[in-house]
Amino acid sequence: MPNLAPLWLTLKVAAAATALSLGLAVAAAWLVARRRFWGRELLDALCTLPLVLPPTVLGYYLIVLWGRNGWLGGWVHDHLGLSLMFTWQGAVLAAAVVSFPLLFKSARAAFESVPAEYEQAARILGDHELALFWRITLPLASRGLLAGVMLAFARAMGDFGATLMVAGNIEGRTQTAAMAVFDAVAAGDYSLANTLVAIMSLTCIAILVATNVLMARRRYA
Amino acid sequence: MQLAVDIHKTLRSREREFHLHATFAATDECTVIFGPSGSGKSLTIQAIAGLVRPDHGRIQVGSDLLFDHGAGIDLPARSRKVGYLFQDYALFPHLTVRENIAYPLKKPWQWGIPAAIREEVEAMMASFEIAQLAGNHPHELSGGQKQRVALARALIKRPSLLLLDEPFSALDATLRQRMRLELLELRKRFAVPLVVITHDPADVEVFGDTLVIFDHGRVAEVGRRETVPGGWRQKVCHLSRWREGGRGHGEKAVG
Repeated sequence: MPNLAPLWLTLKVAAAATALSLGLAVAAAWLVARRRFWGRELLDALCTLPLVLPPTVLGYYLIVLWGRNGWLGGWVHDHLGLSLMFTWQGAVLAAAVVSFPLLFKSARAAFESVPAEYEQAARILGDHELALFWRITLPLASRGLLAGVMLAFARAMGDFGATLMVAGNIEGRTQTAAMAVFDAVAAGDYSLANTLVAIMSLTCIAILVATNVLMARRRYA
Repeated sequence: MQLAVDIHKTLRSREREFHLHATFAATDECTVIFGPSGSGKSLTIQAIAGLVRPDHGRIQVGSDLLFDHGAGIDLPARSRKVGYLFQDYALFPHLTVRENIAYPLKKPWQWGIPAAIREEVEAMMASFEIAQLAGNHPHELSGGQKQRVALARALIKRPSLLLLDEPFSALDATLRQRMRLELLELRKRFAVPLVVITHDPADVEVFGDTLVIFDHGRVAEVGRRETVPGGWRQKVCHLSRWREGGRGHGEKAVG
């Protein structure tokens, strides 16, 4: 029986990372989709940046920000005695950053697909902005959001570079499936590599098919 | 009911500028704002409803001051007590007919329809003869049914004014006349003043106690229909021809 612990860690990290980026991605996407302000396109670019930057560059940014001597990490280490470096929580942070753009882009498209007229009707019928977001925008955008969550989850499962920089590759602690494949191949353990690769490929295919089905089926004719 | 509007608004896009200057007052129970597409009539009722903020001016409905640039008054749309019928009704597609009509009475966090308002919703549906559609979604309804649902939803909170944006343009000709009569009947039953915007002379015939004619973002004519100098039919038909010739882009944006 091959060691499947990295798979469970991967699922845990990916789920936490998706949850972490969800709130922020939805808020940023709503701002960009519904508000007009200076720097709107810049905000969109910053939110999309992790999609195109090399994961190692993202990892480097995270170290600069969250490392023991980093801007935020230094403060946390001095005051709380904690560090994200080389922990599974650090892997969550890295996976959240790399998967963020997928959620953000899907959420922006989902919000923009909701006709503004429904929101105007809700305003006239007595809703304040938060109420109509909850009652109109969110339900009508829910499929697009869910598709974004699934894509982000799939991406978070597969991260290698950023996670390696931040959390390292410590067996039993921060070794995710992607790292385990790397180690297995390096050690010549092809049976373990095959098992991990097969499981990850099937999971991602299932997620992508489900996403497509979700987006293709229209609920309201 | 006294409706007094005096507003300025400038819209800019890359290609052109549109200036709206709408000044009119109406005391009748039915007012028609007539004009070719692109004449600023939609923009005007959007401003009355609070969906568009005028650059300056004043809007008053009865004793309620809705907007006064000078005094810094700009009531949000939700507080204006104005009903609005959208051109294609804007029924919420994810909600059933019953949920659509209950929408204005429900608190945002309430799940389902509380017993306290259920009765009122059922009564409203009965009076609009749409009780049998209660569980249907908007995409399952015909044009006339959609309009009834939208009217029921707009009237359930008893607004002090009902604004209608081209209310019959989405219906076929036979249904159009029937829905006009239904609307007249509703007006009496709910005692709600109507402001109808249209480019259909037949709507002027039925609803135009007061007639406001828009052209190129300005009010070209305002008054009792019968007192329009030169006869309202001539004025209206002249503008209708102009519209057929000059129909073009940007209809929805500024129409």
